[in-house]
Amino acid sequence: MLRVSNISVDYGATRVVDDFSLQLAADEIVMLVGPTGCGKTTILQAIAGLVPIATGSVALNDWSASPARPVPTEKRNVGMVFQDFALFPHLSVEQNVAFRLDDPAPAQHWLERLGLAALRRARPERLSGGQKQRVALARALAHGPALMLLDEPLSNLDAALKDSLRWEIRNALKAAGVPAIWVTHDQQEALSVGDRLGILRDGRLQQLDTPQRCYTLPHNRFVAGFLGEASFLPARLRAGRAVTALGEVPASAVDDASGEVELLVRPDDCSMTTAGNAGAGNGEVRSLSYEGGSWLYTVALDDGAAIQVRTSHESRIDSGSRVTLQLTSTHPLAAYANGSAGAPG
Amino acid sequence: MTRLPLSYPAALLIAVVAVLPVAVLFALSDAPQDLLGQRNLGLLWNTALLTLCTVAGAVLIGVPLALLTAFVRLPLGGVWLVLLAAPLALPSYIGAFTFYAAFGPGGEINNVFGFATPSAQGLVGASVVMALYTYPFVLMTTRSALLNQDASLVNAARTLGLSLPACLWRVVLPRARNGIAAGALLAALYALSDFATPAIMGLDTFTRAIYVEYNAFGLGQAALLSLQLLVVVGLVLFLESRVQVTRERPGRSLVLWPRPWQVGAIGFAVAPICLLALALPLALFSLWLLRDGGGYFDFALAWNSLQASLLAALVAALVALPVAYAAMAGRFGRILERTTYLGFGIPGIVMGTALVYIGLQLSFLYQTLALLVVAYVMRFLPLAVGSIRATAESMDASLVKAARVLGAGRGEVFRRVTLPLTRRGVIAGAALVFLEAMRELPATLLLAPTGFETLATYLWRVYEAGYFGRAAVPGLLLILMSALGLALMLSGEGRARPDFFKDNTA
Repeated sequence: MLRVSNISVDYGATRVVDDFSLQLAADEIVMLVGPTGCGKTTILQAIAGLVPIATGSVALNDWSASPARPVPTEKRNVGMVFQDFALFPHLSVEQNVAFRLDDPAPAQHWLERLGLAALRRARPERLSGGQKQRVALARALAHGPALMLLDEPLSNLDAALKDSLRWEIRNALKAAGVPAIWVTHDQQEALSVGDRLGILRDGRLQQLDTPQRCYTLPHNRFVAGFLGEASFLPARLRAGRAVTALGEVPASAVDDASGEVELLVRPDDCSMTTAGNAGAGNGEVRSLSYEGGSWLYTVALDDGAAIQVRTSHESRIDSGSRVTLQLTSTHPLAAYANGSAGAPG
Repeated sequence: MTRLPLSYPAALLIAVVAVLPVAVLFALSDAPQDLLGQRNLGLLWNTALLTLCTVAGAVLIGVPLALLTAFVRLPLGGVWLVLLAAPLALPSYIGAFTFYAAFGPGGEINNVFGFATPSAQGLVGASVVMALYTYPFVLMTTRSALLNQDASLVNAARTLGLSLPACLWRVVLPRARNGIAAGALLAALYALSDFATPAIMGLDTFTRAIYVEYNAFGLGQAALLSLQLLVVVGLVLFLESRVQVTRERPGRSLVLWPRPWQVGAIGFAVAPICLLALALPLALFSLWLLRDGGGYFDFALAWNSLQASLLAALVAALVALPVAYAAMAGRFGRILERTTYLGFGIPGIVMGTALVYIGLQLSFLYQTLALLVVAYVMRFLPLAVGSIRATAESMDASLVKAARVLGAGRGEVFRRVTLPLTRRGVIAGAALVFLEAMRELPATLLLAPTGFETLATYLWRVYEAGYFGRAAVPGLLLILMSALGLALMLSGEGRARPDFFKDNTA
């Protein structure tokens, strides 16, 4: 079991990871997500022992590393999948996968499992991006790691491939029964693949929870905005309900908010209907964008707030039209104290 | 995790050895007397004048050729570049020797064609030869700077109403200034260090004076002159370190399509350079071979050259490994690596003087092949180091991490990943050292054991004795070696010295 306690990492005088802690259950997959430069890759490298930690400790099954007593990377028994795959160019696919194996059986197993059997004699430069990714995964898994670290494994692949490989990797990890930390900057990937999700900003963990809770009850406005379209609507909070200009819905205070609050409204938390003649309704369409399966509208409410709303692709409402918005959510919406602008909790 | 890199102790030892020649010169040198005396000032004046004229000539030839090869789409584009860069690979003493023999009353041109030409000698002769063999430095650095430029700036200037020549002058060349400066400084360094060209042309520069003192058993004086020359070299190296070649945002570079008559005109303009720098030596040596035959030639000479150069290449490759890896391991390693670059800046004649003295002190080294090999290694080690580093640095850094995550210790990572992936660099570096050592003249003149002649020293004896015909076979062999060296550099493997061959557009 992996236990990361209060680690920090410094690059020179800059602290790039600050007081990060995480525990992983037996075959759990935790996704780490955050904007560029938030320290997510550094966390993986610190756990692998590729960069030194300044404080805290990292422990896995039979070893424990601290700033004073580092454990060399090669003694940590972790598997790592790199963004650029890092396949040894002078070795064949098979030699890559069996790099340090005395017994080739696990290599054969994973080559076959990931559909690479026909490529075993090929050199890495002849492989496509998806194939390289599978070889990198097979290599890491064949060495029987106690923990897998995946550093943006899909970022160099095209969109269509990403979707299928995402599940292939998840299934392989679950089949191997190896816990994993998976770093990504893609919010779809972050929400869909993992068992738990951690959101990082400026080297600090903002929230660590199930994807559903992170999405619907973000700890702060930064998390709310990072995981999807987020609009904030003034409301009055009373006994688990919020009264707004768009109706009354269940709500849940995230910080110690009470009284006058702002409610997180996702685009599918409310409905929109056209309001006939001018002056009717409670807002006006400012802009719209077509998403294929749906339309995404930005509506300026008469009291000043701007709300994003998603509707089916069948109806199109032109910019400038008067509309009526109505909150329809039945799950509690997250409520934040006024002016608690994105600051970490 | 911050253990000392394993390569440091070996690299430290090598760096200490690299500083030794300079230390020895200080120990050996006569007390400076009359530093501002007439002879010293004369040497300084000649050396500076030769350097300035060489640089001016190299820039005047190199920059237009850079514009030509970078922007103009000529038929057989790669061939033009190879031909125009080729003089870089030839040792300048081949050029000086053939110029000396070809021009003037009674020269070969006079003999064959019957008309008299002015003789090639003195400052003018030396400058012309040097400029002809150093302009490729300017050509290559400038060309690389030009190819980095995005054509959109030129296109913008032209839509604003500037003519193409005005664009080149006002938009393109100002941005290539650092590239031109880098090449000009390389040419200056070459002109300062070269021994044979001023010697053959009878121009009293530092290098020639050092050789004269050495022959007159004035080793102390030779050391003093060497130190003075090193000060000037150091100045140029300092300037070179200040020139930073700026990288621009990559884009598509300018392409110009010439008309057929323009191609003809360009060929006509470029021909004299190729004729003088390449065709003249080849023609002269071939002429002598036809006239005198090659029967006099003792192939033991070639074997001597081969033996010494192979040893040097082997030793240099082994020694370069820890230096290159130390340079990549950390800042102190970089300093150690920089220190070994000292040898490349030390002119061959100076290195020879220092090692002759070491040989006199350590009698087991005196007049041995080993000492000559040491001199070669110290001078050309940076070529091997640079070549290894270029391949090692192009290696993806995450490969080492990947191997370590898979459980390989440092030794295993080196053996199974780093070394196999840098093998090409090691071999290319050794080959560069081999080819340079084959052609080295001044240090060989001073250090070769008695009776041990190489191709280069044989050519020198031929010049001294005036039996030019006998230069044919060694001369052609040396040209062949140079052609191999050029091929190696252009193949993109030996990226040590010619950083500027990096763009593989050819």
